[in-house]
Amino acid sequence: MTAAVDAAVTRAFREEWGQIVATLIGLTGDWDLAEECAQDAFTQALRRWPRDGIPRRPGAWLTTTARNRATDRLRREAVGAARLREAAMLSVPDRSGADAAAGSGVADDRLRLMFTCCHPALAFESQVALTLRTLAGLTTAEIARAFLVSEDTMSKRLVRAKGKIRNAGIPFRVPPAHLLAERTASVLGVLYLLFNEGYAASAGADLVRQNLTAEAIRLARILAQLLPDEPEAGGLLALLLLHDARRAARIDAAGELVPLEDQDRSRWDAGQIGEGVALLEAALRRGRPGPYQVQAAIAACHSTAPAAAATDWEQIAALYGQLARLVPSAVVELNRAVAVGMRDGPAAGLALVERLERAGALAGYHLLPATRADLLRRLGRTDAAAVAYREALELAPTEPERRYLTRRLAETAGS
Amino acid sequence: MRYLLLICGDEEAHRAMEADGSFQAGCHAWADELRRRGALVTVVGLRAPSDATTVRVRRDQVLLTDGPFADTKEVIGGFAMVECADLDEALEVTAGHPAARYGRIEIRPLLEP
Repeated sequence: MTAAVDAAVTRAFREEWGQIVATLIGLTGDWDLAEECAQDAFTQALRRWPRDGIPRRPGAWLTTTARNRATDRLRREAVGAARLREAAMLSVPDRSGADAAAGSGVADDRLRLMFTCCHPALAFESQVALTLRTLAGLTTAEIARAFLVSEDTMSKRLVRAKGKIRNAGIPFRVPPAHLLAERTASVLGVLYLLFNEGYAASAGADLVRQNLTAEAIRLARILAQLLPDEPEAGGLLALLLLHDARRAARIDAAGELVPLEDQDRSRWDAGQIGEGVALLEAALRRGRPGPYQVQAAIAACHSTAPAAAATDWEQIAALYGQLARLVPSAVVELNRAVAVGMRDGPAAGLALVERLERAGALAGYHLLPATRADLLRRLGRTDAAAVAYREALELAPTEPERRYLTRRLAETAGS
Repeated sequence: MRYLLLICGDEEAHRAMEADGSFQAGCHAWADELRRRGALVTVVGLRAPSDATTVRVRRDQVLLTDGPFADTKEVIGGFAMVECADLDEALEVTAGHPAARYGRIEIRPLLEP
């Protein structure tokens, strides 16, 4: 029984925490109270479910328990009466044009919470921390560990962010239509960062860090469901699913990074790739492409190629061209150089890489010399390739990447 | 909520504002629009920091300094107080002020009960 209760509480925590906190913030406007009462409801569940049985709808039980607790606490406080009136006012759903954008006419509190956490008046790192704390339910200690800062630093960051939301009047709402696209981009940016932080974590890394990918996918899924008219939300979810589908093949038995072309494609998650492709197609049908949809389309080209040699580089090079027009950046241009190198041969790719080097925008970025090294190796210019691999090794930030480059350097020198 | 908008800029920003023939008219239009919406509490421009005097009282002595309290390149050229529903409205109002294109504007929520 205890094991079943523990499992039920754990699952409910993962699935319901964000909803409960969001509902209570919507009701009381008090972020700390919302978190404390949500926490309290889970403590109550651990005590009462073994005795009374697991409720049929754990989420509803937890929300009611948390809400009752909040009402009790507000009532007990000296200013209770005023606060309750305030709570009653706050809980009237905002039916302005803004929330109609969410589809149902009344936006989900979780959606309000996502937009508030990711408000551009908050520093990006605060947006990320608030999202993990209030929507994903990670503890301050866990978030601190995931971002390699002290718990004290993270705690101060969260306190300051919540203080600013309250004091500066950052509204708890889905932004109105004229701000929606820009603010959605801000939410998508936070979820994309969360995913990448988890994805870049090595197999031996902290489990909290690895779990960031799962949290990012879960939140992206909620966002895509709640914003069916925003194709970039579907595009981001598709992108994350397509990348995550290759997770099992990315690291070999020895814990080494396996480059895309060498991965065992039978270990890719075909179901997840299918879901990602279907989501992407639905998003693209809306006829409003954006950077996440284009990146998902590139990932889909890789994920649906039966073998590395069958990759549609023509299409990928064209997509990188489109991405470079949407969001011009040197990193996108470097990726385009790789795709062009595959489509038109290494000399064409090298010409683009050399143009980037002359521009100087990627100085110090290890993938610039690493890409040049790969192209030189394919051209048979092994001495120049070895020099470039050594340059990349000096700059590579993580141990698995250094090991990968060392292997490549040894192969080049040996050939 | 009420917000104080501190309108700041360095010398270069001030020169650019003076050189912009439509700057003054733009500021008036901004204030008129806010007044019409009932969102403007007050707006003022300030004389140069070279006309400032800074006051401290230490051990019952009134001490005066000729000039502004902060010796920085950026100076406060004016301020406005606006009444907005929330920070989003304050952001929109602030971004619409002509000075935002040359200098910068700091939004400070008022300490209110």
